[in-house]
Amino acid sequence: MRLYWEVARTTARRLATYRGATFAGIVTNTVFGFILSYVLLAVYRERPQAGGFDAIDAVTFTFVTQGMLMVVGIFGNREMADRIKTGEVAFDLCRPYDFQGWWAAVAYGRAVFYAWARGIPPFLLGALVFDVRLPASAWTWPAFVAGAALAVGVAFAWGFLLQLSAFWIIDVRGPVQLGWVTAQFAGGTFLPLVLFPDGVERLARALPFASMMQLPVEIFLGKHQGLDLLVVYATQAAWLAALVAAGRLVLARAVRRVVVHGG
Amino acid sequence: MAEPQDAAGARAAFATYRRLVAARIRADWQYRTSFLVFLAAQAVVTGADFAVIAVIFTNVDQLAGWSAVEVAFLYGASGLAFGLGDLFVSPVEFATNHIKAGTFDGFLIRPVGALWQLLGVEFAPRRLGRTLQPAGVLVVVVAVAEVDWGPASVALVPLSVACGTVIYGAIWVVTSSFAFWTVETQEIASSFTYGGNALTDYPIDVLGSWLRRIATFVVPLASVAYLPAVWLFDKPMPFGLPRLAAWTGPVVAVAAALVARGIWGLGIRHYRSTGS
Repeated sequence: MRLYWEVARTTARRLATYRGATFAGIVTNTVFGFILSYVLLAVYRERPQAGGFDAIDAVTFTFVTQGMLMVVGIFGNREMADRIKTGEVAFDLCRPYDFQGWWAAVAYGRAVFYAWARGIPPFLLGALVFDVRLPASAWTWPAFVAGAALAVGVAFAWGFLLQLSAFWIIDVRGPVQLGWVTAQFAGGTFLPLVLFPDGVERLARALPFASMMQLPVEIFLGKHQGLDLLVVYATQAAWLAALVAAGRLVLARAVRRVVVHGG
Repeated sequence: MAEPQDAAGARAAFATYRRLVAARIRADWQYRTSFLVFLAAQAVVTGADFAVIAVIFTNVDQLAGWSAVEVAFLYGASGLAFGLGDLFVSPVEFATNHIKAGTFDGFLIRPVGALWQLLGVEFAPRRLGRTLQPAGVLVVVVAVAEVDWGPASVALVPLSVACGTVIYGAIWVVTSSFAFWTVETQEIASSFTYGGNALTDYPIDVLGSWLRRIATFVVPLASVAYLPAVWLFDKPMPFGLPRLAAWTGPVVAVAAALVARGIWGLGIRHYRSTGS
């Protein structure tokens, strides 16, 4: 356990050294937050209660989402896939730790750093220009943090599966990109799922992607209370368990294929 | 630094560029499946932007006074311009990687402009995927839109796409030039390129007035699709501009290209190798 803690800690420290990159990322998330907010405000001027949100909900949703992009890692990355491609993965698999656990620790270390460095600034900058809504009840904060932590796990497990494809194909960029665009769209990253036509919304909510973004942000907006909140957690936890298990299964199959070439 | 000025030099630069591009196309074609999957992925990425617009119009009949077809025109024209800019000019983004790795020096000792080499060496035909979907939308919109298609309106559409491509290309060159001063802040470029692309999908009337001014007069994103669309669909011009503003694309594009060339040149002169 100590090892995974250290992996998470050093990942956060490594990211913290790139100050310029952090600053640039904040600017980008904020710019996108502004554009999407203005578009949504135009929608809510036409239909003030679209999808059961009001204009303030929609803008709040946008900036919380922009803050969570990097925390959840919903743009994906190929760090692990690159090690599979170069063959370095052979060393990783020899080491005395759990391969999936190692990369989960990296994902959580990243999430903790991005939570404060990339999560909070776009929201504050958005609040300077737009009306946003902070949780009415103090209990919403820990409820949101728990939902976000589960979201990080679900997204990690999805990315782990996508990157494992590197054991079978040389260039994983296409499949990985397809996997993440699907997650972004069906997770409500571009547009809250409540605006989707009913059937599409139901379908999106039945997929694991809502657990990565839409559900935790709805917790922030106070849309899930009491028993309903527990149902949300149960949904997220179920997807987490299913995707982690799928990842282990696929990894076990992949490992049987690894051939280490000596040199 | 050999920046060819005469016609023969320019021809030589272009011939080199064509060869590099052809080599890249042949190289990518060696891994056909990867290439096609990646091409499809790029098409889906742009398709997601269009899906957002489609979902919005399941909720409302118009957005800031613009109908679904009109917004689809903005998406198609600006998306095609962005896709072409991405295909031909976005390779300049790799300047950062070469500066970091110290391999940028190599571009400077060859007798062809560094920009041409970079655009050729890093050319990736899969980026064509970004143009397919907006091009399809644009064709459909032009067929169904209720526009009185005189010769002027017909000419305005390809002209806008061409000028938009140059404007996006200029934005790519300018933001990539920042890498000569700092290699860490490259992501800011996305605010202007991908952010610009997101912004031009919608009528700028949705924006706050300060952002609308920036998008019209500072970073000339309004010139890409919005101003021509105002003319085509007979909308009111923003900021009391004359209706002729719809036709200023070429002037804006040339100005943007000159600014980009100037800033890139400044960057090259400022460049100090990382050494080895």
